[in-house]
Amino acid sequence: MKKIYGRPESLKSTPHLYCPGCGHGIIHRIVAECIDELGIREKTIAIAPVGCAVFAYDYFNFDVTEAPHGRPPAVATGIKRVLPDRIVFTYQGDGDLAAIGTAETIHAANRGENITVIFVNNANYGMTGGQMAPTTLIGQKTTTSPFGRDPKREGYPFKVCEFLSALEGVAYLERVAVSNPKNIIHAKKAIKKAFNNQIEGKGFSLVEVLSQCPVDWGMPVAEAINWVNTTFMQTFPPGVYKDK
Amino acid sequence: MKGNIALCEGAIAAGCKAYFGYPITPQNEVPAHMSRRMVELGRVFLQAESELAAINMVLGACAAGVRAMTSSSSPGISLKQEGISYIAGMELPAVIVNVQRGGPGLGNIAGSQSDYFQSVKGGGHGDYRLIVLAPYSTQEMYDFAFQAFALAEKYRNPVLILSDGVIGQMMEPLEIAPSQMSATVEKNWILDGCKNRPPRMLRSLFMGDGDLEKHNLKLQKKYNTISENEVRCETYHLDDADTVLVAHGIAARVAKAAMRSSRATGKKVGLIRPITLWPFPSRAIADAATPGRRLLVVEMNHGQMVEDVRLAVNGKCPVEFYGRAGGGVVNEEELSSYL
Repeated sequence: MKKIYGRPESLKSTPHLYCPGCGHGIIHRIVAECIDELGIREKTIAIAPVGCAVFAYDYFNFDVTEAPHGRPPAVATGIKRVLPDRIVFTYQGDGDLAAIGTAETIHAANRGENITVIFVNNANYGMTGGQMAPTTLIGQKTTTSPFGRDPKREGYPFKVCEFLSALEGVAYLERVAVSNPKNIIHAKKAIKKAFNNQIEGKGFSLVEVLSQCPVDWGMPVAEAINWVNTTFMQTFPPGVYKDK
Repeated sequence: MKGNIALCEGAIAAGCKAYFGYPITPQNEVPAHMSRRMVELGRVFLQAESELAAINMVLGACAAGVRAMTSSSSPGISLKQEGISYIAGMELPAVIVNVQRGGPGLGNIAGSQSDYFQSVKGGGHGDYRLIVLAPYSTQEMYDFAFQAFALAEKYRNPVLILSDGVIGQMMEPLEIAPSQMSATVEKNWILDGCKNRPPRMLRSLFMGDGDLEKHNLKLQKKYNTISENEVRCETYHLDDADTVLVAHGIAARVAKAAMRSSRATGKKVGLIRPITLWPFPSRAIADAATPGRRLLVVEMNHGQMVEDVRLAVNGKCPVEFYGRAGGGVVNEEELSSYL
């Protein structure tokens, strides 16, 4: 009998602690599949963020380090500069990458660091219980925007791909989603390309993954997925924002 | 050679493979010198976008197993404290240099010793210790930079070189003894890809029941070992002194001069110079605190190390304090006349 589906070698068998319906499990899996398919597991070093994915080192079956909140691109820079033949990637959420770590993100991108960034945008701070994130939509209610995000008070959703596309050092930017099988297959292609770019020395590659967070959004899973496909994508349109 | 340049050359001789920094006076000679020398040697130099980024680049480079360093001055070191706490928690052998300037806030750019507390009492969050070396000459800027990496690796612990603007800017002759680069200890914890071994992780997060307590106990055990093995200090004229000066870094330079001129006029003055500020030479100070003697702590701040001296003395003899801060430099004449 031919085995056609199994656990990627790059993923440990540790059960995930993510909430029911969360997109992280899917994203972990497609990242792991890409790393297996590219044959780079033994030379990969990942940087976990502070946030829901902080336990990435329990799930990924390769070397992983933790970093202070928002600093993974700086940590990745330190690793990649001293071990340029290894594959270095960060896995970060919206609070980590687009709020507290904005400077590290922008400057790693602008230097054209030859790293891969997996940016999981779920429009809120999941780990701490659903606070407003830089990517929270206008009108979206969170524990710290109980009346809905009002741009007069809280500003506008921060569009990372659009923002970074202006920077010379950036090789590749794409926004994808994991809200249905078709989107997942496409997201995997984008992630694989982002790793391939690093293998080929093309420079900074970032894939923004719109991810569902049903528990903190206060929605049933099906509704959360539908929200990604409609409302979330209206503010954050999927697509290629840069491909040098 | 200037103190700051000597520091760079000491680090280079020790095999520092990566330097990450950010401009701030009075340590600008360090990134400037490293930007040329490290590139010439085929090593890594990077000017980071911030102190936060620089210390985290050091974290990354150390995680990858190479000798890495950053330098800054007081306000910049405050910014690095977050990363330093992580580095201590993750037990990474980073070398950090503080060429101190006056504070609080932006302060000024004159030499100062007002970061003693920040250096030896933690600085960032959590129960951790840095090994703190206090050079008092250009020679020691070189020597301590050279020694810091081996010390950091021996204990898997960050080492801080606590210098100041005066020592950093001071020009003095430097003797470079033919020194052998200390052998790197086997690093069975580095992240360089899991080829032919199980994957590794580096972390300071311990969420499991009792895990963090266990981790802290392990750290404390290490700190005890360091305290037993690595205390360094110099003593002068403790046999006959009735006043013993206690000073470190640049203040010790001044105190030593004041001790000499006072002894020339017949006054019995001695000196204890802590070289490691953590671990602190409490035993040497306690032994020197004999009845009938006074200890005079001299610092370029308003009294920080004096607290550790008082703890060591534990009331056995009077402890006085003499200091100037905010860029005021303690001078020999003033101190001699005070004596």
